Amino acid sequence: MQALRTIFFPSINDAASRRMIMTLVVVMCLIPILNLVFPEDSFFHVGSNTIILLGKYFCYAILAISLDLVWGYCGILSLGHGAFFALGGYAMGMYLVRQYGIEIEATGQIIPEFMIAMGLSELPWFWYGFDNFWFALLMVVLAPGVLAYLFGYFAFKSRVPGVDLSIITQALTFALMQGFRLGEFGFGGTNGLTAFREILGFDITSDVTRLVLLMTTIVVLILALIFSKFISKSKAGRVLISVRDAEQKTRFIGYRVEHYKLFIFVVSAGLAGIAGALFVTQVGIINPDEFSPLNSIEIVIWVAIGGRATIYGAIIGAVLVNYAKTVFTGLFPEFWVFLLGGLFVVSTLFFPKGIAGMFSNAKLQAFVESVKTTVFSKNDDKKGEV
Amino acid sequence: MNKFFRHALTRSYQTLLFIFLMSSHFAFANSFDELTQELLNKDFNVKAAAIDKLANIKDERVKPLFVALTQSKIYYIKKTKQIGYYEVIDKQINFQTILTGESINDLSKRKYKKVTTNNAVRSQIKLHLAALNILSKDDAIRLSAIDSMLKSPDSLLLSVLKTATKTESSRKIKALIDLNIALIEIDSENETERKVAYEFLSKSLHEAARIKLTQVIDDESYTQEEKAFAEKALGNIEDKLKYLKVTENVFFGISAGSILLLSAIGLAITFGVMGVINMAHGEMIMIGAYTTYVVQLIMPEHIGLSILVAIPAAFLVSGLIGVIIERGIIQFLYGRPLETLLATFGVSLILQQAVRSIFSALNMPVITPQWMSGSIEINDALSFTYNRLYIIMFALMVFIGLLIILKRTFFGLQMRAVTQNRQMARSMGIRSSWVDAMTFGLGSGIAGIAGVALSQITNVGPEMGQSYIIDSFMVVVFGGVGNLWGTFVAAMSLGVANKFIEPFAGAVLAKIIILVFIIMFIQKRPRGLFALKGRSVEG
Amino acid sequence: MVNKHLANTNGILYLSGVSVSFDGFKAINNLNLIIEPGEMRAIIGPNGAGKTTMMDIITGKTRPDEGDVIFKSSIDLTQLDEVEIANIGIGRKFQKPTVIETLSVFENLEMAMAGRRSVWQSLIHKLSKQDIKKIKDNLKLINLEEDELRLAGDLSHGQKQWLEIGMLILTDPELLLVDEPAAGMTDDETMKTAELLKEINKTRSVVVVEHDMDFIRALECKVTVLHEGRVLAEGTLDQVQSNQQVIDVYLGR
Repeated sequence: MQALRTIFFPSINDAASRRMIMTLVVVMCLIPILNLVFPEDSFFHVGSNTIILLGKYFCYAILAISLDLVWGYCGILSLGHGAFFALGGYAMGMYLVRQYGIEIEATGQIIPEFMIAMGLSELPWFWYGFDNFWFALLMVVLAPGVLAYLFGYFAFKSRVPGVDLSIITQALTFALMQGFRLGEFGFGGTNGLTAFREILGFDITSDVTRLVLLMTTIVVLILALIFSKFISKSKAGRVLISVRDAEQKTRFIGYRVEHYKLFIFVVSAGLAGIAGALFVTQVGIINPDEFSPLNSIEIVIWVAIGGRATIYGAIIGAVLVNYAKTVFTGLFPEFWVFLLGGLFVVSTLFFPKGIAGMFSNAKLQAFVESVKTTVFSKNDDKKGEV
Repeated sequence: MNKFFRHALTRSYQTLLFIFLMSSHFAFANSFDELTQELLNKDFNVKAAAIDKLANIKDERVKPLFVALTQSKIYYIKKTKQIGYYEVIDKQINFQTILTGESINDLSKRKYKKVTTNNAVRSQIKLHLAALNILSKDDAIRLSAIDSMLKSPDSLLLSVLKTATKTESSRKIKALIDLNIALIEIDSENETERKVAYEFLSKSLHEAARIKLTQVIDDESYTQEEKAFAEKALGNIEDKLKYLKVTENVFFGISAGSILLLSAIGLAITFGVMGVINMAHGEMIMIGAYTTYVVQLIMPEHIGLSILVAIPAAFLVSGLIGVIIERGIIQFLYGRPLETLLATFGVSLILQQAVRSIFSALNMPVITPQWMSGSIEINDALSFTYNRLYIIMFALMVFIGLLIILKRTFFGLQMRAVTQNRQMARSMGIRSSWVDAMTFGLGSGIAGIAGVALSQITNVGPEMGQSYIIDSFMVVVFGGVGNLWGTFVAAMSLGVANKFIEPFAGAVLAKIIILVFIIMFIQKRPRGLFALKGRSVEG
Repeated sequence: MVNKHLANTNGILYLSGVSVSFDGFKAINNLNLIIEPGEMRAIIGPNGAGKTTMMDIITGKTRPDEGDVIFKSSIDLTQLDEVEIANIGIGRKFQKPTVIETLSVFENLEMAMAGRRSVWQSLIHKLSKQDIKKIKDNLKLINLEEDELRLAGDLSHGQKQWLEIGMLILTDPELLLVDEPAAGMTDDETMKTAELLKEINKTRSVVVVEHDMDFIRALECKVTVLHEGRVLAEGTLDQVQSNQQVIDVYLGR
C-alpha cells in the first residue's frame, strides 16, 4: 500500500485532477444515499433511470480517458476506439448471455437462446469459457488489447503517417461493424446480445445491482484517472509527448517510438474494453452499432471539448457532451445533430484546448464544481418532474 | 411425362401439324367470318378443322381471337350468332364483335353464350399461336416467343421451328431457334440427329442448354452413351463459362473501380494535393446526387436530358459548398490535418442533417433515363449493362479532364505551385488563398459529379456519402498521396481485387482482406503505390 | 566485401563508394569519406551538393543504393535503423532546431540523457543525484542555466540550437553530426556555438555541415568540399578556398 502511494500519489500533483477525484468520490457517496434513503416521491430521490444514465456517462468518461491517452499524449488520433469499447462490451455480453440458456440434449451443452434461433446446435469454439466471469473479464481486456497489438504492430512499424492511420482505424471499426452484423459470425448478428438476467448470481435489473455497478464504474473511473496520470507524469509520459510533438527527434535520441506507441495504444484499448464491459452490464445490450465509425468519432469530440492531454478534461467532455445529447435528443432530436456538428467545427476553430484550456486552474475548479452540480441537480430536477 | 408416351404424342401431333400446314397451299376459299362461324359447331372436330384453317389465312384478327379463346373470353349472341369478346367489368357486360369491333352491350346476360373449347382444341390453339408468333414479322414478338419456348422446349413445335429457322433473318433469333431444335432433337430416335444436337448444345452458352444436359445426366431413362455425351458437352460449356466468368469479374471489377475512382478522385485533390482531410467529401457526393434529383423534379418531361444537365449543376452546387467550407473553416486550419478532419466531420453531420430536414430521411427516387438502361449482350452468358459501361466511360473522362486541368492549364500550374512552395508562389504574385479555395472547390465539384453518376446505381439518401468516404480514403492512401495516376491504379486494382475475392470470401470478408492487404502494403511502401521519392524532408 | 575495406581504415566513420539516387537524380555519387577518431571535420558545398543526404545515409534515414558505411571499423550502418544508430553512439543535429517544445529545458535534457530507453524502464524511471548533476553541468555548458524550467518552445532560435546540442551531448555519442548550427544566429551566437563545438570535440568526433565561412574558420579544422554528390576537395580552409575547381563550382563556372 505504501509502495503504491509513493508511486501513484506524486502523479496526482495538479489541483484539477485532485478536485476531479474528490468530486467523483463525493458523487459516489451521495448517490446511494439519494437513491436508498430518500423515498421515491422525494425531490432528492435519484431513480434507477438516472442511475443507468450516470453509469453510461461514466463509462463514456473512461472511454474518453483511453482516447486521451493515445490522442492527447501520443498524438495518435484513433477513429476506431469504439471498436475496442465494443469488443470489451461483447466479451462481457457473452458472459451475461451464457448465464442461462437451453440445454441441447445430444451434447448436454447449455447454449444461449439466440443461437437456437439462428439455427446453431453447438456452441461455437470462441464461446468456450465465457460462462466463467473471470475468464470473461480477462477477455474484456485481452480481446481489444490483442487487436490493438496486432493492428498497432503493423501500423506503427510501417510508420503510417498520422492522418492515414486515423483513416485506417476508421476502416477497421467499419469492417468490424459489418462483420459483427453477419449472423454467421456467431455474435448474434444485427440484434447483438441482450436480455441479460444475472451477473455473478445477482439479478442484473435489480436496483441494488445497478447501484453497485454504478459504484464500480466510478471506482474504475477514479483508478483509470490515477493510472493515466501516473503514466503521463512518468518519464514514459514525457517520451510520449515528444513522440507527439517531434517524432523524428525522439527517434534520433534513441527511443523506439513504435514501442511507445504500441504500449500506449494497447493500454488504451484495454481501458476502452473495460469501459465497454461496464457499459454493457448497465445498459443491458451490445450490438454492432457500437462499432459504427460515428460512435468512435464522437469520442474524439468529447476529448476535444474537454481538453486534450489533461485526463480530467476528457471526463468533463464526455459527461458534458453526453448530458447535452440526452437533453437535446429528448427535446429537439433534429437540432442535436446540428449542435454536434457545430461543436466539432467550433471547438477545433476556436477552442483547440477545450474546456480545460479555457480556464486557469482556479477558475477551472469553480467551473468543474458548477458543472458537476448542474449535471446532477438537473438530473434530479428531471426526475422530480416526472 | 413418360418418355415413350411423349414420343408417341409428338409424332401424332407432328403429322397433324404437317397436314395443317400443307392444307394452306390448297386452301378452300374460306373467309374469316365463315370460318369463325364454324367455331359455333357442337362437333369439336369441326371446330378443330376451322381453327387450323383460321391459322393459315393471313388475317390480323386471328391472333387476338386465339388468345381470347384460350382465355375463354369468346362468346356469341344466341339470336344473331354474332361472335365477340366478352367481359364483365363492374357487373357491366362488355361485348365486342370480332368481325367489326362493334359493341353490343345492352342485351341481358342470358342472351350471350360462351364458345366452348376442350383441352385438345386449346393445345391446338396454343400451338398455332406459338407458330404465329415465331413467324411474326415483328422481331420483338419472335424473340419473346422463342424465349418463352426455351423455358420448356416442346417437341410439338419441332416442325414449326424447322420452318422458322429457314426463313429467320435475325441471327440472334435464329440461334435461339436452332438451340430449341437441338433441345428437342436430343430426345430424337434418330442417332445422327441426337449426335448433332449434342454437338450443338456443347457449343451453346445458353442456360437452357445446361439445364437440359444436367437433366440428361440425372435422368435414369437416358442411356449411358447419352449420359457420356451430355457430360462431355457440359464439361465443354463449363470450361467456356469459367473463362467468361473471369471476363465478367474483370468487367465488374473495373466498373466498381470506376465508381471508386469517381468518388476518390476529388479526395485525391483535397487530401493529396492540399493535405486536407475532408470528411465531408462523402456529403459532396451526396449533394451531387440530390442535385440530380432536383434537376429531374424541375424537368420531368426531359429525363433523358436531365443527367446531362445535372452534371454541370452538381459540379457547381458541390463546388460552391466546397468553396464556402474552405473559406469558412479550412483556411484557418492548414497544416493541422487532424483538426481539419474533425471540423469537416462536423460539417458532414450538419450537411446530412440539413438534407434530412429539407428533403427527408428517406431515399429519394432518381430516375434512370432510357438511354442508360438495358445491356449489351456479348453472348448468352455474358452481358454488360449500359449504366455500368457509361459510368466507366464517364470516370475515365473525368479523370482525363482533371489531368488536363492540372497539367495543361494556368490554374493547374498555379495549383501545383502553391502546393509545392506556398511562399515562393506568393512572392511570384499567385493569390494562394484564391488558389486554395478554387482547388477545394474543384475537388468538391468533382465529388458532386461523382454523385450524379452514383445516383444511377445506388440509393440516394442522406447517409449515402458515408459509404464512400472510407473506401475513397483507402484508395488515396493506397495509391500514394498527391498522385492522380496512383489514385487511378489503386481504384482499379482494388475494384478488381474485391470482385475476385468476393466469390469465395463473401463481401464483408473481402473488405477485411483488402483492408489487411492495404495495411501490409503500407508496411512496404508507407507513401503508397506511386510515392514520389525525393530529398527527405526534415523534422 | 566489407572486410576488405576494413583493413584499410581505423577511422571512426568510413564511407566508401556510396551512391544514392532519387528518381534518376544522383544525389550522392560514389562518395568516399573517412573521419578519424576525435577529429572535427567541416563539410561545405553549394546547394544540392548532397550534404544533408549524406547525413541521412549515415543516420539510417536513407538507405544507399550501393557502397559501404562503416562505424568504428566494424559496424555496418546500412544494416541498422535510426534508433539503433542513435543508440550505438551517433548523434545528429538537424538543420532546423528540433527540441520538444512542450517540455521544459530540463525535461528535454532528461529525455536525451544516455540510459535505458525501453517503455517499462521509463515508466519507473527516477533521476539519481548523479543524473541531476550531469544535467546541471550540461546546462552550464550550453548557457541555459537560468532557463531550465522554461518551456523549450519559448527559447530564442539560438538557444534552441544550443539546447539541441546539449541534448546530443547527453546522449553521449562518439560521433556528432551537426547540420548548419549557425544558420539564423547572430554573430555573437555563432562564435559561442563554435566555442561550444570545439569544447565538445575534446571528447568526441564532430562533423559539421555549414555555409558560414567565418564560422568554419573559427572551428579551425579540416574541410571537405562536396559537389554533385562526391568529394571535390579536401584540406584546410585556406587550401580549399584557393583550389581552382572549388572556386569554379562556387562561382558557377
